[in-house]
Amino acid sequence: MLQIILAIFLGIIMLILAVIAVQNKNVVVAIIAAGAVSLFASVLYLLLAAPDVAMTEAAIGSGLSTIIFFYVLNKIKRQNG
Amino acid sequence: MIEKLNLENISLAVGIIVILIGLWGLLTQKNLIKIVIGFALFDTGIHIVMVSIGYIKGRTAPILDSAVDVNNASQIVVDPIPQALVLTAIVIGLGITALMLSYVLKMYQKRKSLEINNYKDLKW
Amino acid sequence: MVKKGFILLILAAMAVIIVGAFAGFTGNTDLGYVANHYASNGASEVGSANLVTAVVVTYRGLDTLGEVTILFLSAAIVGFFLKVENTDNKDRKLKYVSEILNTASQVLVPIIILFGVYVFINGHLSPGGGFQGGAILASGFVLMFIAQPKKEISHKMVTILESISGVSFVLLGVAGIIFASGFLDNTILSLGKFGTLFSAGAIPIIYIFVGLKVGSELTSIALSLKENQNEA
Repeated sequence: MLQIILAIFLGIIMLILAVIAVQNKNVVVAIIAAGAVSLFASVLYLLLAAPDVAMTEAAIGSGLSTIIFFYVLNKIKRQNG
Repeated sequence: MIEKLNLENISLAVGIIVILIGLWGLLTQKNLIKIVIGFALFDTGIHIVMVSIGYIKGRTAPILDSAVDVNNASQIVVDPIPQALVLTAIVIGLGITALMLSYVLKMYQKRKSLEINNYKDLKW
Repeated sequence: MVKKGFILLILAAMAVIIVGAFAGFTGNTDLGYVANHYASNGASEVGSANLVTAVVVTYRGLDTLGEVTILFLSAAIVGFFLKVENTDNKDRKLKYVSEILNTASQVLVPIIILFGVYVFINGHLSPGGGFQGGAILASGFVLMFIAQPKKEISHKMVTILESISGVSFVLLGVAGIIFASGFLDNTILSLGKFGTLFSAGAIPIIYIFVGLKVGSELTSIALSLKENQNEA
């Protein structure tokens, strides 16, 4: 029962963050929100008895992929100004 | 209705809605980086759907440690195959995202614009 | 306006297709035929306590080779696109990095790298493996790039490490064809006692190479992006 409540809670947070990632005009906020969706997804994988997948998603989805987005954004901003 | 409210149905629904939100972002956004974010969300949604299909109620992770009887393992563990697929798919997703972002960077260097409407070379 | 209608139509059609595909999904109650075989015979055939590792490395090893190839190709294309033309880094302006971040990273980076190595060596016993360990290694290196921008890593060394581990991975697979029954068969070494570090035949060795390959590929992607930052 506790697992189901936790899953619903995580699901609602993920959907709100996904809408923010798509709709927000500020690209930095959108990138952070997309990384947070991955972070909460990794907790959901842990509930679904998939610790291997949870580890990969936490390291890659919310860590490396966010950093790569920011490298590209930083480069674009620097060329602009 | 209330008996449908179990872990696999909830995560399946969340995965499907995340896929649709990603597709919505992909179709409506004009900024190239936001389009790549849409792709990343689409990816995450597909991974959640695949893992939740492999889940079996009340079973444990597919690791045969002291909590799992090796001779009776097929009655205790969840399906390992979708997890193995998703494991590699996540790593490849990062590679594809990096590839798309480097295309974005190259396009920006040529045209100094992130707006998709300014790239009409293939439109006739 | 017509465009928005089209987008709504596409989204609705996609929703109908996906929801229709999963409408009758009631949750599994038992493993399928193939998964049942993997779960009941994985311990005796492969000797790996982590069944996901058994599927990734041995039962579907050829798929893993394909996926590693895709990752290699994408890393190579990123490196090709972001090639730095003028490597004149003398007058580049480094951003100020806070003292706390710099000092903490000097303590944390070796620990993160050690943890990554631990994760891929123990891939057959606990959750983890080459892909996760490689990602953790790469995040350690990325932390170093951010916190210590003056420190240079030779890109050539990363590429050489990647090539060596990739070739060793394929050679181990071919050794499986010659000495055992198929590509990436792990019984070329003895299976050992189930549940100990030196068990599961060649799986720890294969996973070490996969981990080094994935780690160096992801590091190489981040390194190409970082070197590109310095260019005007």
